Amino acid sequence: MADAPEVVFVERSRLVEGVRAYGLIAAMWLRSTMAYRASFAMTAFGNFAATAFDFVAILLMFSHVDALGGYTLPEVALLYGAAGTAFGLADLVLGSMDRLGRRVRDGTLDTLLVRPVPVLAQVAADRFALRRLGRITQGGLVLGYALVTLDIAWTPLKVVMIPLMLLSGAAIFAAVFVAGAAFQFFAQDASEVQNSFTYGGNTLLQYPPSIFAKDLVRGVTFVVPLAFVNWLPALYVLGRDYPLGLPDWVAFLPPVVAGLCWLLAGLAWRVGLRAYRSTGS
Amino acid sequence: MRLYTVVAAGGFRRYATYRMATAAGVFTNTVFGFIMAYAYVALWDQRPQLGGYDMSQALTYVWLGQALLMTCAMMGGGFEDELIERIRTGDVAVDLYRPVDLQLWWMAGDLGRAAFHLLGRGIVPMLLGSLAFDLALPASPGIWLAFLVSVTLGVVVSFAIRYLVALSAFWLLDGAGVSQMTALAGMFFSGMLLPLTLFPGVLGDVARVLPWSSLLQVPADVLLGKRTGWGLVEAYAFQGGWALTLLLVGRLVQSVATRRVVVQGG
Repeated sequence: MADAPEVVFVERSRLVEGVRAYGLIAAMWLRSTMAYRASFAMTAFGNFAATAFDFVAILLMFSHVDALGGYTLPEVALLYGAAGTAFGLADLVLGSMDRLGRRVRDGTLDTLLVRPVPVLAQVAADRFALRRLGRITQGGLVLGYALVTLDIAWTPLKVVMIPLMLLSGAAIFAAVFVAGAAFQFFAQDASEVQNSFTYGGNTLLQYPPSIFAKDLVRGVTFVVPLAFVNWLPALYVLGRDYPLGLPDWVAFLPPVVAGLCWLLAGLAWRVGLRAYRSTGS
Repeated sequence: MRLYTVVAAGGFRRYATYRMATAAGVFTNTVFGFIMAYAYVALWDQRPQLGGYDMSQALTYVWLGQALLMTCAMMGGGFEDELIERIRTGDVAVDLYRPVDLQLWWMAGDLGRAAFHLLGRGIVPMLLGSLAFDLALPASPGIWLAFLVSVTLGVVVSFAIRYLVALSAFWLLDGAGVSQMTALAGMFFSGMLLPLTLFPGVLGDVARVLPWSSLLQVPADVLLGKRTGWGLVEAYAFQGGWALTLLLVGRLVQSVATRRVVVQGG
C-alpha cells in the first residue's frame, strides 16, 4: 500500500520535470535569439507575412469568384483562421520536432539521452522560436474577421465550439508533430513526410471539404483525423452538412480524437526512442 | 571551365546522396500538388479561361510549380545557408584566397543542385499529377527544349538573388531575416501561390516585371506554348537581363564587402 502513492509521485514529478525543462530550454533559446534583435523582428514579421501571403492568394481567388466550392469568403476565412491558429499553437510549442532526424543523423541526440531530463521535452524545446507567434497572430486575425462578418445564429453550444475547436485542433496537430518525429527515428532524413501532414494538412484544411475528392476527405477524417481540427466543428457552427453525411454530434468529438491521437503519438514516440541506435559519432 | 563542371557535378552528387530525403520530398510535392489542384479545379469550374488558361493548362501550372519549387529554389534553400555560415564564422576568408571565382564557384554548385532537383523531385510529381488530372503537356520536343532553357535561366536568376542574400551576412552577420523575406517574395512573386496573370491591376503589372517571375511564371508560359517565336525571344531576354543585372550587382556588392568589411575569425 505504501508503494502506490510513491509511484504516482514519481510519474507526476517526471511530467513536471519535463514541463520545467521545456521552460528552461525555451527561455535559453529566447535569450539567444534576442542577441540579434533586427533579425528577430524580421523573422517574426516574416512568419506573420508568410502565412498572410497564402490568405492573400485566397483573397485574389475571391476577386474572380463569389464562392469557392459553394463557400463564401467569410466561411472560408473561418476554416482558414481556425486551422491556422490551431496549427500555429502546435507549431509554437512543438515546431522544432522536425529537427529530430538531423539529430539522429549527426549523433547529437546522444547528448540529450544522457541528461536526466525527458528527451521529448528537450527535442521539443530545441531552438524554441517565439517568432512563431507571427503565425498565430495571422490565423487569429483571419478568424476574427470571419466571426465578425459571418451571420451566424449563435447558440451556447456554437459559442463553446470555437475555443474547443482551437484547443483540440492544436492538440491534434501537436500529436502529428510527435508522431512525425517518432517516424524519424526510423527514416532519419525524411522530415518532409512530416511536413506533408503538418503544413500540408494545414493548407488542406484552409479550403472547404466540398472541393476535394470524397476519398481524400475520407482519408483525413478516418485515417489521419485532421478533419476534426476544423472541418467538422466549423461546419457545425456554419450549419452546413459534412460531405460524408456524418451525424451532427461528431462535431463534438475533437477533444476525444485529440486524446486518442496523443495516446497513439506517445506510444509511437516510445517505440521510436527504444528502437534508436546511435550512429556512434 | 573544367573546374566549374566538376563543381557542378559535385553539387548534383551531393544532393543525390540523400535518397530518403528525395523520396520524402517527392511525397510532399505530390501532397501539395493534389491540394492546390483541387482548389484550382473549384476556381476554374466557375471561371473557365481565368487568367488566360483553360482548366488543363491551369492544372499543368500547379504541377509545374511543384516540379520547379526546389529546382528554382523559390523558397530559398541550397548554398546560401552554407555561405552565410562561412561568412559568420569567418571561414569565407579562406575561400577568398582560393584561385577561383567565388561567385562562379557557388553558381556551378547551385546549377548541379538544381539539375538534381529537376530530375529527382520534378519528374515523379509531374507524372503522378498527369495520372490523376488531365494535363496540357506539349508533344513537341522543341517546346520542351525551349522550356529547359527557360528553367536554366530561371535557376541563374534565383541563384543571383540568393547570392545577394548571402552577401548581406557580411553586414548583418545573421542572415535568417533576409533569407526569410526573400523566401516570401519568391513564393508570392514567382507565381507559386497563384499564376501572376490572375493578379489584378498594378500588383499584376509589378509582379510580372520583377525578377521572381523568371522562376515559375515565365518557364510555365513557355511550356504551355504561350511564348513562341518573338514571344520566346522576349521571355529569354527578360530572364537573361535579370540574370545578368543581378549577377553584376552581386559582383559589385562582393567587392565592396571584401574591401570594406573586416572578416571575423580566429
